[in-house]
Amino acid sequence: MIEFRSVRKEYADGTVAVGDLSLVVPERSTTVLLGSSGCGKTTLLRMVNRMVDPTSGTVLVDGRDVKEQDRVRLRRSIGYVLQAGGLMPHRSVLDNVATVPRLEGATRRAAHARAAELLEVVGLDPALGRRYPGQLSGGQQQRVGVARALGADPDVLLMDEPFGAVDPIVRADLQAELRRLQAELGKTVLFVTHDVDEALRLGDEVVVLRSGGVVAQQGTPAELVAAPADDFVADFLGLRSRQRQLSVREQDGRRLVVDADGRPVGVLEGSLEGSLEGSLEGSLEGSLEGSLEGSLEGEVPGA
Amino acid sequence: MKWLSQNYPQVVDLFLTHLALSVPAIVASLLIAVPLGWSAQHGRGLRGPVLVGVGLLYAIPSLPLFIIVPVLIGTPLRSSSTMIVVLTVYGVAVLVRSAADAFASVPAATLDAAAAVGHTRWSSFWRVELPLAGPVLLAGVRVITVSTVSLVSVGAVIGIQSLGTLFTDGFQRGIRFEVLTGIVLIVALAVLLDGLVVLAGRLLMPWTRRSAGIRGSRRRGGPGRRGDSGRVLAEPQLAGAAQPEGASR
Repeated sequence: MIEFRSVRKEYADGTVAVGDLSLVVPERSTTVLLGSSGCGKTTLLRMVNRMVDPTSGTVLVDGRDVKEQDRVRLRRSIGYVLQAGGLMPHRSVLDNVATVPRLEGATRRAAHARAAELLEVVGLDPALGRRYPGQLSGGQQQRVGVARALGADPDVLLMDEPFGAVDPIVRADLQAELRRLQAELGKTVLFVTHDVDEALRLGDEVVVLRSGGVVAQQGTPAELVAAPADDFVADFLGLRSRQRQLSVREQDGRRLVVDADGRPVGVLEGSLEGSLEGSLEGSLEGSLEGSLEGSLEGEVPGA
Repeated sequence: MKWLSQNYPQVVDLFLTHLALSVPAIVASLLIAVPLGWSAQHGRGLRGPVLVGVGLLYAIPSLPLFIIVPVLIGTPLRSSSTMIVVLTVYGVAVLVRSAADAFASVPAATLDAAAAVGHTRWSSFWRVELPLAGPVLLAGVRVITVSTVSLVSVGAVIGIQSLGTLFTDGFQRGIRFEVLTGIVLIVALAVLLDGLVVLAGRLLMPWTRRSAGIRGSRRRGGPGRRGDSGRVLAEPQLAGAAQPEGASR
């Protein structure tokens, strides 16, 4: 569990990055700090591993004040995933993932064995371990970044816009992977992003921040979308934008979800037993069953 | 050629002497310049004074320095220790700037990441900052290697033996071949040491070789990403994203 108790960060020039903020990140859940740049979300995140010390207030990790802990020990006990991976370009992928165990005194052999396991955990071929980060794609680098953060098997994972630097398809892929990992590992995750979709997709709780590090609203994604606290939150989430004003339209026996401009954004579940799902499944699994199902059920809506 | 066959042992001797004067000076320059360059880069307001200071060192003419050094530190006038100190002064003068630039070239984000994952300042310096400063530092070391080797010969004027002695002796006695031998051997020594420095760089910084060796052997569609159930998915998007550095070069 991470707890912020009325933390405030004020810089020497009088700029307030975080203003008197209190927040609890429950155990084994994902909390997303959502806000535009300059809203103090990264500052807040970096207070947890003491990359930033608050001007006043207290940050507790598992009930212990971080101020009373040794910075280096604290950082090693907390996983940190940075934008663009934050990998060491001069160390192999395996060495990168093995960083924390090595710093903690594990033998090279043991640390590498563990690192190879972690690469598999994040869905990478361990054979990539011999390469340098610069030889991997952006998405692969991010996975390595996650593997490194898991190196010391931390309870707490800090993620600072980890998927900001990859293209949308890879990003969606990484988000799905993170959800899978989180379901498997159950870490306490504090995740920073300015991407509304990402926040709604990944957060158990989403905290919308306005500039100066003030909480505009906190709640589950559904709560935020259903009842935005004020205009700021509604605008930030884009709830009034035409892309988020959805309605349902029938077409070819299926119920399409369309936005205010009539552009399709998806299909309502239950109306998709038709040929689309069947053929998708069929092509993915390459199984006869899928296409059979597809062709059989494809008849139903039309009948 | 007759001269060379007659004086072969002496030439070999001078070559080795020249080497023995150059190498300690190069190593000492590196050992002194790295901490100075680092503090110039990191110390608040130190960069200006340190760089101006070492710039002034470089402005001292070499012959007076051969007199000043023995007076200041008490080494014998025509000794190899005086020579090495003088060479080190010039080496440091050039290399501190390179070292400061080398540390400046290390991305702040990488150092930040190193601290965030739990490096101490000490381990961050040795395992992250110094290696990443390596390529720029190496370029500086190559410069002072060559300049030191050529500067050693100046010592011959005041009687410190080196390949430069072949110049002074050759001029005095009018043996052109002796002068020529001196030039060729100094260039050869410079090229040799430069080659060794480059080689050491390759061994110490294997990641800088990736464009040649490792990437060359990289197979297209080699080890890829696994899907949720362990099967390898078709990866059209990865093929596109797989060569970010290739695209940027």
